[in-house]
Amino acid sequence: METLSHLGHGFSVAFSPMNLLWCLVGTTLGTAIGVLPGLGPALTIALLLPITYQVAPEASFILFAGIYYGAMYGGSTTSILLNTPGESATIVTALEGNRMARSGRGGAALATSAIGSFVAGTIGTLGVAFLAPVVVKFALAFGPAEYFSLMVLAFITVSAVLGSSSVRGLTSLFIGFVIGMIGVDLQTGQPRFTFGMNELLDGVDVIIAAVGLFAVGETLYMASRRYAGKDEIVPLKGSLYMTAAEWGRSWKPWLRGALIGFPIGAMPAGGAEIPTFLSYAIEKKLSKHKEEFGTVGAIEGVAGPEAANNASAAGVLVPMLTLGLPTSATAAIMLSAFQSYGINPGPLLLTTQADLVWGLIASLFIANVILVILNLPLIGLWVRLLKIPAPQLYAGILVFATVGTYGISQSPIDLIILYLLGAAGFLMRRFDFPTAPVIIGMILGPLAETQFRRAMTISNGDWSVFYTHKLSLVLLILAFIGLAGPHIWAFIEHRRRRGPEHVPGDA
Amino acid sequence: MSSSDQQPAPTRLAMPELLIGIGLLACAAAVAWQTLAIPVSPLYSKVGPTVFPYITMTGMIVLSLLLILAAVRGGWQPQEEKETPTDLKAMGIVVAGLVANLVLIQPLGFTAASVIMFVLVCYGFGSRHTLRDALTGLILALAAYFGFARALGVNIGAGFIENQLNTVIDAIITTLRG
Repeated sequence: METLSHLGHGFSVAFSPMNLLWCLVGTTLGTAIGVLPGLGPALTIALLLPITYQVAPEASFILFAGIYYGAMYGGSTTSILLNTPGESATIVTALEGNRMARSGRGGAALATSAIGSFVAGTIGTLGVAFLAPVVVKFALAFGPAEYFSLMVLAFITVSAVLGSSSVRGLTSLFIGFVIGMIGVDLQTGQPRFTFGMNELLDGVDVIIAAVGLFAVGETLYMASRRYAGKDEIVPLKGSLYMTAAEWGRSWKPWLRGALIGFPIGAMPAGGAEIPTFLSYAIEKKLSKHKEEFGTVGAIEGVAGPEAANNASAAGVLVPMLTLGLPTSATAAIMLSAFQSYGINPGPLLLTTQADLVWGLIASLFIANVILVILNLPLIGLWVRLLKIPAPQLYAGILVFATVGTYGISQSPIDLIILYLLGAAGFLMRRFDFPTAPVIIGMILGPLAETQFRRAMTISNGDWSVFYTHKLSLVLLILAFIGLAGPHIWAFIEHRRRRGPEHVPGDA
Repeated sequence: MSSSDQQPAPTRLAMPELLIGIGLLACAAAVAWQTLAIPVSPLYSKVGPTVFPYITMTGMIVLSLLLILAAVRGGWQPQEEKETPTDLKAMGIVVAGLVANLVLIQPLGFTAASVIMFVLVCYGFGSRHTLRDALTGLILALAAYFGFARALGVNIGAGFIENQLNTVIDAIITTLRG
């Protein structure tokens, strides 16, 4: 019941006219960038990070959270009408949603995805409100060794378990570590990885890394792929109102999706891919209209994964707010916004920054209401955004990339670093390396190092702290299972089938 | 390049992937070189600033060897990616736009450099309405400069165009206050 009074207080923060305005700006901007292919919430929030020098923390986090939720709504519109998933989390939506649009039921697909996002987003946000205080009680028992082991677990899950290849995921993560270590070591004052350049003493700004990888890298990739064929926009046909039958087929997948998505998102593993694929598989199995899957498009295949996607996005906020553990690129950039205010997310955040946390959670409820209005009656506006031609869109993205980067310190060196990271981003995109682990490694790596050194200092340099503390040992074992488990499994399967079969892309 | 789809264990060496593996190994070497350059005070000898870099370096070496191994076994690129030719000309023009922006942003200021980059990038992506692109770029750059940068309090280098406009705006404001 304590949670309810906190929430009540949160609403009083979120309902102030200025904060409502920030929420409206955030959700509108979020929907827009979600709709536009090539732009994502991580990039947008990174570009807007300088706002943390201008406004109160409540305002900027309400803005960022609006963008974060809005991008989820907008992304599904693009998947359904264009079949170009803006983010990995909406791949599944594109599977059935685009087929529905092609068979003239685009309106119903958009409606079920927007209303499902609303239902699941609200359930997920309630989940954050009630789960966060519980996690805090648990997290207060954590010492540096436990924190370090928890981070190791998160590193493994975000890079090795979720992607298509654990080796390439870990490679991205380690590149992130190196970028994160550039600059002055905060504990000893020694410069590291600066190659003797004074410009690198302050480290590489997260804005530059995010913009380089996501904006410049993406633009180069799109330029190199001009032969790959174009996707056409499916014109929006069919009523936006769902029939009674469609409601009947949607509501259970929404609830199931939310129940799958939130817990997986809230685990220190994060990622929306697993819950969306899981929800898709379950809906396909349970559906009475199996023949529609993969042919004309089944509404359950849109409703479930969309709900799972939004609920897991809400879930990601739990480890971020209570443990300071970001499990997606967007959450990592939000963490660096906290750092920019000098606030350390962790178990104490809920008490020391009650206004901020509960105001943020309350604003997420409001954001969901605004978003369902923005994305249903006003859908026509967003469809028009899809018609921006690629040349001008990508050129525009690069202009904003310049503003974000050059604005930091008016140094051409920053632009050089931006372009180098852009080239790296292009190669990673081209050769199927995930980019999110770079950002997570860059932000979380230095924090893990701090906890590691703290634990080692307390134990007087004795490595055994990490496995004599029970909780820490359990976390490390889980991390090991996450890393080695799939390989052992594959090996057993391989032996059983006795067929030497090389799977390409299994490196 | 119609390499095996279903054949067991293709043994064809994948050159691009091999280069990536070697590149990562070179990065690990750079990490090693920079780690050795970190002076460590004996006070911190146990858990000093070099422990994490060494862990990272070891990880990178192992990963790059695994990548090289995968490359020797035929690489990991999906068939679809391999078959799509890279449009080097388009990429080249986009890169030229980026370089132009880098070189011109200090002498000409943000707006002018952005317009040139905008036009080149549009051209690279296949747009042939150069004049229209220049105008779009100008409007966008000015919007970015006056809206985004000024609203966020970000200072981006002013050049000729911005200074002229700033003078005009200041003049208007003073007249209005008149």
